[in-house]
Amino acid sequence: MLVGLLIFVPLIASLLVLFTKGKASRTAALGLSIIELVIAAVVFFQFKHNPDNAALTLNYSWIESMGIHFSVSINALSLLMVLLTAFLTPLIILSSFNTEYENPHSFYSLILFMQMALVGVFTTNDGFLFYIFWELALIPIYFICLLWGGENRGRITFKFFVYTLFGSLFMLIGLVYLYNHTGIDTGIKSWAVNDLYVAGKSLSLNQQSFVFWAIFLAFAVKMPVFPLHTWQPDTYVNAPTQGTMLLSGIMLKMGTFGAIKWLLPITPLALERWGYLVIALSIIGIIYASCIAIVQKDYKRLIAYSSIAHVGLISAGIFTANQQGIQGSLVQMLAHGVNVVGLFLIADILMRHTGTRELNKLGGIRNMNGNFAVLFLIIMMGAVALPLTNGFIGEFLLINSVFQYHAIAGAFAGLTIILGAVYMLRSYQAIMLGERHDSAVAFGSLASSDKWALYIICATVIVLGVYPKPISDLAEEGAKLIIMNLK
Amino acid sequence: MIQLVALVPLFPLIGFLINGFFGKKISKSLAGLIATLAVAASFVVSLLIFFELEHAEVKSHVVTIFSWFNSDTLKIPFEFVVDPLSSWFLLIITGIGSLIHLYSTGYMHDDEGFARFFTYLNLFVFFMLLLVLGNNYLIMFVGWEGVGLCSYLLIGFWFKNTEYNNAAKKAFIMNRIGDLGFLLGIILIFITFGSISYNQVFPIASGANGTTVTAIALLLFIGAMGKSAQLPLYTWLPDAMAGPTPVSALIHAATMVTAGIYMIVRSNIFYSMSEIASEFVAVIGVITALFAAVIGLFQNDIKKVLAYSTVSQLGLMFLGLGVGAYSSSVFHVTTHAFFKALLFLGAGSVIHAMGGEQDMRKMGGLSKHLKITYATMAIATLAISGFPGLSGFFSKDEILAHTYEHSPVLWFVGQVASMLTAFYMFRLLFLTFFGSFRGTHEQEHHLHESPSSMTIPLIVLAVLSLVGGVLGLPEFWGMTNWMHHHLDVLILHKNPSTMPHDTEWMLMGIAVASALATIYVAYVIYRQKHIVPLPEGEKMPTLQRIIYHKFYVDEIYDALVRKPLDAMSAAFKFIDTKFIDAVVNGVGDAVNGGSGLVRKLQTGHIGFYIFAMVIGIISILFFVFN
Amino acid sequence: MLNGIPINYYIMLSAILFIIGVVGVMARRNAIIIFMCIELMLNAVNLLLVSFSTLHNDASGQVFVFFIMAVAAAEVAVGLAILSMVYRHLKTVDIDLLNRLKN
Repeated sequence: MLVGLLIFVPLIASLLVLFTKGKASRTAALGLSIIELVIAAVVFFQFKHNPDNAALTLNYSWIESMGIHFSVSINALSLLMVLLTAFLTPLIILSSFNTEYENPHSFYSLILFMQMALVGVFTTNDGFLFYIFWELALIPIYFICLLWGGENRGRITFKFFVYTLFGSLFMLIGLVYLYNHTGIDTGIKSWAVNDLYVAGKSLSLNQQSFVFWAIFLAFAVKMPVFPLHTWQPDTYVNAPTQGTMLLSGIMLKMGTFGAIKWLLPITPLALERWGYLVIALSIIGIIYASCIAIVQKDYKRLIAYSSIAHVGLISAGIFTANQQGIQGSLVQMLAHGVNVVGLFLIADILMRHTGTRELNKLGGIRNMNGNFAVLFLIIMMGAVALPLTNGFIGEFLLINSVFQYHAIAGAFAGLTIILGAVYMLRSYQAIMLGERHDSAVAFGSLASSDKWALYIICATVIVLGVYPKPISDLAEEGAKLIIMNLK
Repeated sequence: MIQLVALVPLFPLIGFLINGFFGKKISKSLAGLIATLAVAASFVVSLLIFFELEHAEVKSHVVTIFSWFNSDTLKIPFEFVVDPLSSWFLLIITGIGSLIHLYSTGYMHDDEGFARFFTYLNLFVFFMLLLVLGNNYLIMFVGWEGVGLCSYLLIGFWFKNTEYNNAAKKAFIMNRIGDLGFLLGIILIFITFGSISYNQVFPIASGANGTTVTAIALLLFIGAMGKSAQLPLYTWLPDAMAGPTPVSALIHAATMVTAGIYMIVRSNIFYSMSEIASEFVAVIGVITALFAAVIGLFQNDIKKVLAYSTVSQLGLMFLGLGVGAYSSSVFHVTTHAFFKALLFLGAGSVIHAMGGEQDMRKMGGLSKHLKITYATMAIATLAISGFPGLSGFFSKDEILAHTYEHSPVLWFVGQVASMLTAFYMFRLLFLTFFGSFRGTHEQEHHLHESPSSMTIPLIVLAVLSLVGGVLGLPEFWGMTNWMHHHLDVLILHKNPSTMPHDTEWMLMGIAVASALATIYVAYVIYRQKHIVPLPEGEKMPTLQRIIYHKFYVDEIYDALVRKPLDAMSAAFKFIDTKFIDAVVNGVGDAVNGGSGLVRKLQTGHIGFYIFAMVIGIISILFFVFN
Repeated sequence: MLNGIPINYYIMLSAILFIIGVVGVMARRNAIIIFMCIELMLNAVNLLLVSFSTLHNDASGQVFVFFIMAVAAAEVAVGLAILSMVYRHLKTVDIDLLNRLKN
């Protein structure tokens, strides 16, 4: 039942928020999202206490004749992602407190609706339901970007929508194809994930390759993997900050999570055959996006490219399909979610306080606000994966996994720690250090909501870096589940 | 006490937290006191641990703090190891660290970022202690990167200055290049041995494949190249002198830059097993020693001279490691920590007196005004130059003797490098403290000896530089080399010296003679002839100009690395928008355009539709019935 | 053989009627004539159905004919109503001018 609450609380919350007005909307949204966080925490402890707890699964037959079930459950994998979603949503809402949006009730309602869809994607065990939640998540973010985005939002949002939808349709084809191959022994067709695993494994290499690429396309667009990434920087820059946070913090994890749960165990043969290509693309993406980040002038765009680089490493790790790779990617997904939200919040704060995000129009903010400089530094260190910050363990495991796959590939993937330092330190220096730039003159102290959001993020960066055990254990267990299914 | 080893890094951590959170609210003297006491407390604990270990039967203790993270067979506990090597480094770090903290309370007294400075400094000590205490490579890596972060923060301490910020950034990025090698080395160790804990890896290391061990050793050494400023990753260290002088003394001379040496001594089994790797280490070391010494000859910035001297001395230590003289290198690390810290602190005292001036061409005759500084720096200069009886003499001689046994060619190059060291160090001493004052009148008026908080560390370090040699007296004198015996348990492949005693005497004689001769040459040039380096912009002979400009290495790197990287980035950016995104948009436009074409079929003429329909029906019938 | 007339003649007549209808539909622009041509085609089919029905002595063919006639009547009723509305608004029933749906 608990798991049902996880999905329905945000849904009800999103409806409730619709009836609020003005500033009450954001307070209500924050409160409701904190309730969800509490439920997630309860689920976490229940799971720790007894992973087979009946409250953690829910399974109703929905369309009997087609074998579709409303089936959701919590295991180590989904729990991690649910924690991420439940943790980030209140932060994202909190970060919006200093921006006045028109029609706030629909804005916050959409955010909560999105949370519902995301939790659904992460918890469901039914292929059909997965597809429904997957597309359901696209709807609110489309409207958030379209209605509250920056200039040029129409064209950019349209491109984003069509691009991702295009990818998703191939996934649908792949899933339907799998569905048609279920129940060879029993004659009963089913969408259940385990049946899809069995169906996938029964296919020949060529059939698996077809399914692999079809499903991969959807995930690759979402992540995004080079060269399917071009929708991303524009969308991130144009979306309202909260939209960007949702996209980069949680939504792109749908892609990586999907690849782990809905791709690797389905097509092990094709993975063996084609994995190298995906890893190669991912590593090209790391270097390519890092290099572009180095020459970016707009800070938000810089973070967008840095995100492509980070996700490149995650996807390279996933497709090595070894324990370190999958565990590392899970840990890194959480870390990246937190860090990237922090970085986008910083970009938003810069924009609000100085009116610009152009690196050459910023400078010397440290002179005005030392605390902000420290908070920024901590988040940045998380992003460049300094040990004892949350970014390190994931990155270590990921480079480890790629190195195990192929030593040279590991070395190239490792370049991320150098290039990451280059673009992060460059931008930090341009924004914070040096003599005070004119734009920084009015940079006073931070609003308390920003401050608290940054404090929470920084605390998470350090706590998860120093004591990652709870998360890393979950990730270890989740990775083992997948590895077990690969055989 | 050994079980409480966690206290050693804990004290600086607490100091860091107090100063970090409340530094602005408490007074400067309190902030300085807390920071200094934190490190001093660590020193006391380290001493207790050291003596306890000396008398203990078991020489290696592992203390588990908590389990950091696991990944299947990869288990990473947060564990500390207490053994002769780490306990010795604890003493160096906390001992020199507390002296430098004390010194900084005087040196930084007028700086507005006083509390911030001590926050960083305590954090540095914390990470440095993690580095040497860790019982597995990943904890070492934590410290390794952590000290890099602190180095970054402290080099760019005066963050308004763009040049300093660039130096800080350069240090961090160059270190990261090395760190990547180090990280890959760690991963390879895990893949090969299934663990990265020292006490699990080293016992089984000898069973590993030779090529793999060479690869591990070389990858780890790349890390050392970055951290310990060896060719080709050394250029950040001279730039790092942008930081406050106590930082240069603590981080960029005494402790952090010796992390590479610590790491190789710790992993000595890999280097002993791999001829290629150890040869490589020795060659890189000796080339660096010579190269940096040559550059040091013509530098005019007092801190730059010391920086190149540090690079050169580190090169010498790596030479020692490469020829298998691990304990000699640790010995040299120790004596070098004494006299190089002293030199930097002395230079700091000079800079303090000169009101921030670092150019030796504007100094001279300071011995009259800064008596203690002069006396202590003179001792340090004698020590680094290898003057008989002082600490540097013994440690350097030991390394060179081992080198000779290994390869006379390397020995010769190393000997030349140490002669050059003697030369430029005396050049520094003469230019700074002798002759007449060359600065402005105002500066001359301002000259004063530093406060006692600064001179006490100088005196302590001077004493240590004088007598530090007792730690490693030569065995062919019939003495006991304490350092050698102390570290003996850790050296897994031993190669005892088989050199005849008269060869050792000969080498020592050559070393002494060449040092004295070089000092005399420096004396003639800078003391008798009063030659002062040319002011900026004067035309120099070609060779001197090239050396003065540090062989243009920075410019070469700029042309070879930075510019291509920038160009590549710009090219990628171009490809991204003009090619990849253009293809995506092109597909969209093509669909749009195609639809436009197809739309034209919908003419709106009913007659045409009917015609199309009839044609359609006929063709369907045709195909069906044919 | 139906009353001495070979079945082929019926088929030929139907085919000719049908082709006249098709050509009329395709060539003419007046909507009313097009309608008449459609009726012509329907009746050509009806004729064929009736002939074969008689040939095989099977009444079901004639049942179809009644159906077709009923449908055709309904179609004409609706079609002519639309056309008369179109005429009232546009004063023409020329199909080439009825291209409002374009664009």
